[in-house]
Amino acid sequence: MNVDADQVAPVSPLLRQHLIDPEICIRCNTCEETCPLDAITHDSRNYVVDPAVCNACNACVSPCPTGAIDNWRNVPRTSAWSLADQLQWDVLPPPTASAPDDTGGVPAEIAAITALASAGQGGTSAAPWSAATPSINLHPPGRPAVATVTGNFRLTAEGTTSDIRHLVLDFGSIAFPVLEGQTIGIVPPGRDADGRPHHVRLYSVASPRDGERPRYNNVAITVKRVTEDHAGQPIAGIASNYLCDLERGANVQVVGPFGASYLMPDHPGARLLMICTGTGSAPMRAMTERRRRRMALGEGGDLMLFFGARTPEELPYCGPLMKLPASFIDINLAYSRVPGQPRQYVQDLIRARGADVARRLADPQTFIYVCGLKGMEQGVADAFREVCTKHGQDWDALLPALRAQGRYHLETY
Amino acid sequence: MNTINYSEKIPNNVNLSGDRALQRALEHWQPNFLQWWAEMGPEGTRDASVYLRTAVSVDAGGWAHFDHVRMPDYRWGIFLTPADAERRIHFGEHLGEAVWQDVPGEHRANLRRIIVTQGDTEPASIEQQRHLGLTAPSLYDLRNLFQINVEEGRHLWAMVYLLHRHFGRDGREEADALLQRRSGDADHPRILGAFNERTPDWLAFFMFTYFTDRDGKFQLCALAESGFDPLARTTKFMLTEEAHHMFVGESGVSRVVQRTCQVMKELGTDDPARVRAAGVIDLPTIQRYLNFHFAVTIDLFGADQSSNAATFYGAGLKGRFEEGKRDDDHRLHGLTYAVQEVVDGRIVTRDVPMLNALNEVLRDDFIRDSVGGIGRWNKVIEKAGLAFRLTVPHKAFNRKIGTFANVRVAPDGRVVNEAEWAAHQSAWLASAEDRAFVASLMGRVIAPGQFANWIAPPAMGVNKQPVDFDYVRFN
Repeated sequence: MNVDADQVAPVSPLLRQHLIDPEICIRCNTCEETCPLDAITHDSRNYVVDPAVCNACNACVSPCPTGAIDNWRNVPRTSAWSLADQLQWDVLPPPTASAPDDTGGVPAEIAAITALASAGQGGTSAAPWSAATPSINLHPPGRPAVATVTGNFRLTAEGTTSDIRHLVLDFGSIAFPVLEGQTIGIVPPGRDADGRPHHVRLYSVASPRDGERPRYNNVAITVKRVTEDHAGQPIAGIASNYLCDLERGANVQVVGPFGASYLMPDHPGARLLMICTGTGSAPMRAMTERRRRRMALGEGGDLMLFFGARTPEELPYCGPLMKLPASFIDINLAYSRVPGQPRQYVQDLIRARGADVARRLADPQTFIYVCGLKGMEQGVADAFREVCTKHGQDWDALLPALRAQGRYHLETY
Repeated sequence: MNTINYSEKIPNNVNLSGDRALQRALEHWQPNFLQWWAEMGPEGTRDASVYLRTAVSVDAGGWAHFDHVRMPDYRWGIFLTPADAERRIHFGEHLGEAVWQDVPGEHRANLRRIIVTQGDTEPASIEQQRHLGLTAPSLYDLRNLFQINVEEGRHLWAMVYLLHRHFGRDGREEADALLQRRSGDADHPRILGAFNERTPDWLAFFMFTYFTDRDGKFQLCALAESGFDPLARTTKFMLTEEAHHMFVGESGVSRVVQRTCQVMKELGTDDPARVRAAGVIDLPTIQRYLNFHFAVTIDLFGADQSSNAATFYGAGLKGRFEEGKRDDDHRLHGLTYAVQEVVDGRIVTRDVPMLNALNEVLRDDFIRDSVGGIGRWNKVIEKAGLAFRLTVPHKAFNRKIGTFANVRVAPDGRVVNEAEWAAHQSAWLASAEDRAFVASLMGRVIAPGQFANWIAPPAMGVNKQPVDFDYVRFN
């Protein structure tokens, strides 16, 4: 995922409101004492959180001796419960049907971006059964971690219009564990035209769980400098330009990690079928690199990649990718803007490799990952449907089963 | 960073290795402490692994790290909240002056007395509770008991650090004496009365943690205001841990009440005999336990009028609860406070100089705070549709210290004669028969997720773990 343009409302209409359970709270004052923003107050009856002040930094959560502090409700921002409401409560209000609370501890604005990214498959899938347990939201938007830039390399050839960069962020002594397929959020410094802090942008990690450099506490992301919006109008993406211009040694505010479903299987023999375009290659690079580092273990399970770009010069990670042995990964590259050649897209190659793709779709050991621009979503689905029909399968029946089994994961933006 | 260094023999965030003499002195005290813990600490825990909260740093993110810890491997350390270079004394005659980093000579004896008295309560409560593990109603409760015990042990370390660091040879001798007194011992008792009482059963334990640990909270809050900065910083961190102890008390009693109400509804009775026959603790018995623990605990605040309290305040050694949030002049000359006393067989109110009544001020703050939790226990009864209500006895009831010490007062505040007291004593205070009944219910339950019949499960587990988590593993 590489969400940079203003695809979500500048201020989410949903608020993840922090509440204290009056039935469990013992009024010990620890939270009020701890809150760095003085968002918590009390009367003789209840301890309450001011929705206008709380920034969900979670500083009060671990010191609370009771667990009463850790209650959240997604509510329309306009109808958040006031302090006066909360002071009257003997019990917490039940979760409202129109605003489910099932965001797994993820802030509403992040949940909104994730929902958009997985909308093409009807929401997030189950995680693969053997996926490692992800850490989620260790550093929430109110309390970002500070990372240091230790590398910023251009991946696309000089002279091409697309400037895609490989950024390495080092977390020093701060714990920021990630898994391949997870995303991290970048908070650009400064404020927008209305004086509000910029909202968070999500980027898939491009490095495996043990670090861009093995056993170092660093994470890589793939960032494309945004110079035009989806309609082709010139626009300078705030976060992407900020990131692409960062020099070594600069500090960056990072939130997350996020993502509990777009994860790779860890069991021996698991096969990966990866389809991506442009910076959608980040999670594929992370997963491929994870498997490459473990090649000597002989765990089995092959890799198949469909990767699209405009030209070879604009294909991120092209050089290292082409050095991988064919016995390890089956690489299929599609270029859509090579002069003198017909335009080719990933879906064309999926059709061309139909028999191999169909075998994988039918194999319970195969896990499928799709990541790239929204535009590829329909083409890929059509190609899968066609391949299935040709090989005696029914895509529309297969897809829900794949999702339930944690075998099909899509993120588009 | 306020990270605690666990690689040292004594984990600490006070740069202990920078003061070799102090480090050696504490390393000399450490084996004596461990010996005391082995003798007087929780019984039968040698090999248990307990899901404990351990501080890895003193900031909000780091002080609540949860993991299974083998009890013999638990390591007590010395943690202070970070210093504030700008902090000033904000009450008493030194108001506005910079806080002291070392003990001023003229306050040495008083400060040592304050620290020793506070420090003495910490091992005392561990001694009082040492047999409770054998009758824990669940693994969840057993884990909470151990958590409280190890933290009280750490609070002892906190006070011993101050004695060693700031009081030289006297301090070292006092630190040794803290390990020599014993709760309830006829020859070498603990300093304060409530800490020589027995805590024979889990209802007594929950009442103790609700009321008596709350006394600890108020004393620590008053010391966290101190002009002696190391004491203020030490007690501030202790307070964060103390909150858990009161949670165990409040939720413990609440769960006992909840279970009793459930059985009363099932049986459709409020007859204590039938309720007891069903194996739960009847509400009047709970009230009698409450009366006892409330009275014993408010005695801990000392005499109603005390020149010592005035001295401690005036000297900037010990403030009031939430001193910083009060809007008087913080010197209190000329201010008065209403105290109660018995005149001609009636309780009357009289205004006295506030400086002399500071024990009473703290006691009244404590009473206001305790009443809240009793209101929440009553909500549980109300929710069950029952008419019974728990109440707080009058503060003159069953007192052993202060102006009410030699007066008989009923829980409702009526002064009564010796005959009436004798006739009603067993209705007002837990009797030997009550305690024997409660003791008869105590039996150890150690299957994960199982609870003794007399107590309801908690609403949620520790640190988001399920209620049936294996909070204690017996190896």
